[in-house]
Amino acid sequence: MTVRERLREKISAAFYRHGLLCASYPVPIILFTSASILACCYPLLRLPLPGTGPVEFTTRVRDYTVPSHEPQGDLGERPDWYRGPPVAYIQQVLVKAAVSPWDSTLVPVDVFRSPLGRVFSLLEEIRNHVHNDGSGVRSLEALCLQVTDLLPGLRRMQTVLPEHGCLLVSPGNYWQNQRELFDSDPDLLKTVHQHEPKGLHTSATLRDLLFGVPVKHTGVSLYSRKRVVTYTITMVLGSYDARFLSSLRARLRQLHPSVNCSLREDHMVHVHFKEEIGMAELIPLVTTYIILFAYIYFSTRKIDMVKSKWGLALAAVVTVLSSLLMSVGLCTLFGLTPTLNGGEIFPYLVVVIGLENVLVLTKSVVSTPVDLEVKLRIAQGLSNESWSIMKNMATELCIILIGYFTLVPAIQEFCLFAVVGLVSDFFLQMFFFTTVLSIDIRRMELADLNRRLPAEAGMPPPKPGPLRPREAPPPPRPSPYTITLQTPAFRNLRLPKRLRVVYFLARTRLAQRFIMVGTVIWIGILAYTDPAGLRTYLAAQVSEQSPLGEGGAGGLPPHLGGASVFPGAGGDPASTLSVLPAPAEPTPLPENQSQGHHGAPREGVPHQAQAPPLVPQISWGAEDEEGWRRLSFRHWPSLFSYYNITLAKRYISILPVIPVTLHLSPREAIETRHPQDTRHPPPPSLKTNDLPADLTFIGTYGEGSKQVINPPSLSRVAALGLAAGVLLVLLLFCLYRVLCPRNYGQNGVAHGRRRRGDLPCDDYGYSPPISEISPLLLRGHSMDIECLASDGMLLASCCLAGQIRVWDAQTGDYTHTCHNLGGGTEPGGGVFDEDEGYPLRRRTTPRPALFEDQPDLTPLIDTNFDSQPPSHLLLTPPRDGFDFGGLVERAYLEHEPPSPGLTASYPSPSPPSGPPPQRRRSLGAVWAMELRGNLIAAGRSSGKLELWDAVEGSLRCSNEDGVSGITALAFLNNRIVAARLDGSLDFFTVDINKPLGLLQYRGPPGRSNIPPSPCYSSEDVISCQLTRSVQCAHQKPITVLRAAAGRVVTGSQDHTVRVYRLEDSCCLFTLQGHSGGITAIYIDQTMVLASGGQDGAICLWDVLTGSRVSHVYGHRGDVTSLVCTTSCVISSGLDDLISIWDRSTGIKLYSIQQEVGCGASLGVISESLLVTGGQGCVSFWDLNFGDLLQTVYLGQSSDGQGVRQLVVLNNAAIVCDFGSELSLVYVPSVLEKLD
Amino acid sequence: MSRSGSGQTDPSRGTYIAVITNRSTTLVIRGFMLFSIGVFLALVLNLLQVQRNVTLFPPDVISSIFSSAWWVPPCCGTASAIIGLLYPCIDCRLGEPHKFKREWSSVMRCVAVFVGINHASAKVDFANNVQLSLTLAALSIGLWWTFDRSRSGFGLGVVIALLATLSTQLLVYNGVFQYTSPDFLYIRSWLPCIFFAGVITMGNIGRQLALYECKLMSEKAHQD
Repeated sequence: MTVRERLREKISAAFYRHGLLCASYPVPIILFTSASILACCYPLLRLPLPGTGPVEFTTRVRDYTVPSHEPQGDLGERPDWYRGPPVAYIQQVLVKAAVSPWDSTLVPVDVFRSPLGRVFSLLEEIRNHVHNDGSGVRSLEALCLQVTDLLPGLRRMQTVLPEHGCLLVSPGNYWQNQRELFDSDPDLLKTVHQHEPKGLHTSATLRDLLFGVPVKHTGVSLYSRKRVVTYTITMVLGSYDARFLSSLRARLRQLHPSVNCSLREDHMVHVHFKEEIGMAELIPLVTTYIILFAYIYFSTRKIDMVKSKWGLALAAVVTVLSSLLMSVGLCTLFGLTPTLNGGEIFPYLVVVIGLENVLVLTKSVVSTPVDLEVKLRIAQGLSNESWSIMKNMATELCIILIGYFTLVPAIQEFCLFAVVGLVSDFFLQMFFFTTVLSIDIRRMELADLNRRLPAEAGMPPPKPGPLRPREAPPPPRPSPYTITLQTPAFRNLRLPKRLRVVYFLARTRLAQRFIMVGTVIWIGILAYTDPAGLRTYLAAQVSEQSPLGEGGAGGLPPHLGGASVFPGAGGDPASTLSVLPAPAEPTPLPENQSQGHHGAPREGVPHQAQAPPLVPQISWGAEDEEGWRRLSFRHWPSLFSYYNITLAKRYISILPVIPVTLHLSPREAIETRHPQDTRHPPPPSLKTNDLPADLTFIGTYGEGSKQVINPPSLSRVAALGLAAGVLLVLLLFCLYRVLCPRNYGQNGVAHGRRRRGDLPCDDYGYSPPISEISPLLLRGHSMDIECLASDGMLLASCCLAGQIRVWDAQTGDYTHTCHNLGGGTEPGGGVFDEDEGYPLRRRTTPRPALFEDQPDLTPLIDTNFDSQPPSHLLLTPPRDGFDFGGLVERAYLEHEPPSPGLTASYPSPSPPSGPPPQRRRSLGAVWAMELRGNLIAAGRSSGKLELWDAVEGSLRCSNEDGVSGITALAFLNNRIVAARLDGSLDFFTVDINKPLGLLQYRGPPGRSNIPPSPCYSSEDVISCQLTRSVQCAHQKPITVLRAAAGRVVTGSQDHTVRVYRLEDSCCLFTLQGHSGGITAIYIDQTMVLASGGQDGAICLWDVLTGSRVSHVYGHRGDVTSLVCTTSCVISSGLDDLISIWDRSTGIKLYSIQQEVGCGASLGVISESLLVTGGQGCVSFWDLNFGDLLQTVYLGQSSDGQGVRQLVVLNNAAIVCDFGSELSLVYVPSVLEKLD
Repeated sequence: MSRSGSGQTDPSRGTYIAVITNRSTTLVIRGFMLFSIGVFLALVLNLLQVQRNVTLFPPDVISSIFSSAWWVPPCCGTASAIIGLLYPCIDCRLGEPHKFKREWSSVMRCVAVFVGINHASAKVDFANNVQLSLTLAALSIGLWWTFDRSRSGFGLGVVIALLATLSTQLLVYNGVFQYTSPDFLYIRSWLPCIFFAGVITMGNIGRQLALYECKLMSEKAHQD
């Protein structure tokens, strides 16, 4: 034993024990695993959450120095990105300007024209500002960030954004910083608007960039209520010079003092931007994720044979994901902070770790014998795969180790993660997944434990050895004579997929939970990225409510506390009057001339509204301190990106703003007015009747501003709504496609198309455990079998040669050799060769009596109905059986029933010998045959009807009234109905000249549901009389004849179906509805009548009224066979399709595609079990779902003859013809399931 | 199929022709699928490479996808189609059908690793080009060992990789094509390994597709 083998054995044993452990204590182990996962993931809490929102860090301006590149030990709360100089320093000059006092002669444009005009002088001032101290002269030109070209794609912005020089943006950029252009611009708003992007825009717009404050706060609008214009001049500085900046600040303050301004000026904010995930970077990422999902999909698709496929797939994915989390957590715990982009390497990690082991485990476990205990199955499965798992793991570790020695930091880190992930994945597989699997398997077994328990109880304990050798894979195709039974679990209730999806959704309330989780996540994201200034809002709330918060707001004028809640109302002194949110309420309006100026209607309710302040007040609030916060967080990145400067993973420093207050006199405003300004903005035309009556000046203004401002937002909403609608439609479409099959009404096609013989065998060469059952071949006929009849006890077959052989169909125990009909009472019946009457061998074993209640016919009976499949008794030639052949032709000619005396004259060595009765072939072939009780009714092509004693093999009587060949026979009670080739129908009565009391009823009680047929004893004289002959029952030959429930139904080539009453041979109905000859009819005790024709149509009739219940076209070509169960109708056609219809509605449930040239024979064993004949095989189907359950091969060669006839016996056996042989197939296991 | 072998009569020839045309149509379908996969991968991987050199993308991403010459993705697609068809064909000729890990999940894994190799070569900063070459070579051979393990696959991969590198060099020398990266050595050390890995990946996909087709054909033959 080599080391390797020993190692292998050890590993295997260890895995076996481990499997036992896992399966024995599932709950504690799962708890333990969950706890360890959580423990390992705990360090992850300390990691910053991923997100693209910028991070801030505030330092004091006073002692600011550019941070060094090297990390300097522990610096308190200093973040690790705060190293090195920032990309830029941002210095904003926040200008608030107003025309005061407001004059009635002023037009709305005056609100912003002259204030905006001041920007040019301010710019001039800033540009020209020079700070001169001992160390030299500094100007803005030297300090500012010099930019070069704009990106090539931004040509249209060339006119407004600076190029080749200082990055200094202000509203003046709209007019190329030239006062003349501004003054000559007739419509300022249009100029501003024309640069706005059309449609939706999420990032900062040009207007935001230039004004430096959000659009609605600029006040550059015709309908501004505050009449205060706010804008900024943004200087982007490349280097920091405190003295220059402070001198600039002092200079501006001196020029334009802000009286009530108390903004804090001592803090600068550093904003660090996360990596931008752009579209271009997203594409490869999305690709990798798609590949990852495809991988997971293809992997988990292979999980099969378990109770809950989805559950296990989920468990597998959870295993891999949590092992990754664990690895990250463990690495963090040991001080290795991940520097790689988690989202990028994650798919590769999953792929490296892989789902393979999990799948292999599952396969291995489910391929263990089903009858073992769950524990042992798990243990065995584990130990079977232990070696390969360990080998794979070692290989992967080696590969990763090699990767570690590439000495590339990134790859090393990846490898480190992968190693830890692999190990933790192994741990999870062993503990978590194995346990989940054991639970799943147990659930699966519980489902059919009830049935299996007795069988298992008697089983010997499974092999205890830990080293059960791996089972050889079963042959891919079952050898002939075997039938393959799938495990019962395979036949578990399998709902259609869409139903399962729906049930799953309904059961778990998945949709609601998804929505809830989504909402929570969304809120979290909102709070995290803070796009709407939520944080500011909250801070303001806090500062308003608690007096302590005043410290944060600095020396704010107390009356501004309330205003800061709504940044938009910050400058509105009106809001200071009330605690209520001011902008939401129409404020009282004193009489004001401006109303008249605008001609706004005000009918009697002016007093509730408040006029705009006469003197627009410029106030400074806390929100002005860091006005940039109100901008989109993409504001700065987009500004820099225009110059191809990325802020990703870098930071900028934002210096405290310089406040500038401008008060302009009305005269100045009028002077700077453009000639068009006065007439340009016409007073907003109002449809007064549309508005509420109490609309006032402000109301109109509010309305007007809504009208103006709303269009973009309206279009936004409309676009959003449209997108949502499209999404909804797409979603519904997808749902529809998922839930409704493409081919409506054929939902079973997907699995219905499964080919026969196509066993569920997967790539691993695994196929479900099989139990083998041999069909019993009854040989003896020399030619192909033509007719087959059975009454449950006996089985009569007739071949083309005219031989009729009778077999015992009742013997359930097929392992006994022969089906000796009647021979049971005969000890040592001989076997005769039909050609020579020469006994080949003599049976010596006495047979147990089959029918104790029968008279002892021993001296009379000389025939032997032995039939032995060669597999059981090889000595017997395959030609034995009850022979009605041509031996006693003479006796037949004399129309004498064979008598014992006659038979005795035959030379035969066996003491109770007699010649086997024979029939002559010259009399015509047997076209139809029926078997009831002991009597075989045979219709010949010559038109002769014969009654044979099935037990004795003697001809009891015959009738030659008709000359036309008998095409079909029905034998019910004591009546025989014969359909003839010429379309006539003959009713015969079988009379037995014997008191009825002597009639014996045969058949085990309760075994069969058909009325027990009378048993005729050989002593009776049986006569067969033609009672009625319907000469022209049909115009054309009768093709089908069926009798049940006192009715005889005939179908003919003449497209009609006729129903006769059996007692008086009265024609009750002629059913018309087919457009072709009738080819198949089904009628049973419950008076269900179904007919199928050459037109492919299937009709259901009400036999009582003769009305057509439903009519469907089911097949292309003839309907060859029809069977009904209580719930459905099964039809097969020449198109090799078996269709299953709902009986009540006539809707096709599904169809099964068979191979070309398959037999059309059908049989229903029970409500849910369908058997079909095929080429050399019979197949069993689950009727509920159309699943192929098993295929039984009848002969050695698969290309053998097709099964043309198939008779279902009552004891769940089926008999079918197979060339010259009969095949008796018992379905005991199916029977078990059915009972 | 079985009939077509022995048949001289018209109907059997008809089926033979049907089989032939069927084969060629499936071949075309296969080729087209491989072509589209190749084009897609070329675009995505090109994007990865472009990202290495440009810090920030201009807003119009779409143009950057097609930043290299227009004929490069079709060339890659054609090459991948040829390779994907060549591999099963060579397997067939050599008479050693590829049996190792014939599953779609394995193929997906292979593609993911290939993209990962590209990703690593694009994103990871290596100290020098030798290191880059060695790492990529090791990764590529690891890919082959994990997903292919056939001698024919290895041989074909090496030959095609060398040919492709050679032709690319020729193109560059003739000025038809320029590398996006200014660093010439970087590209040269990177190219053969990526080609090799790509050949292995496309061969894997091609084999899997061919396997699918084989299954179909055998089923049909069964039916006959």
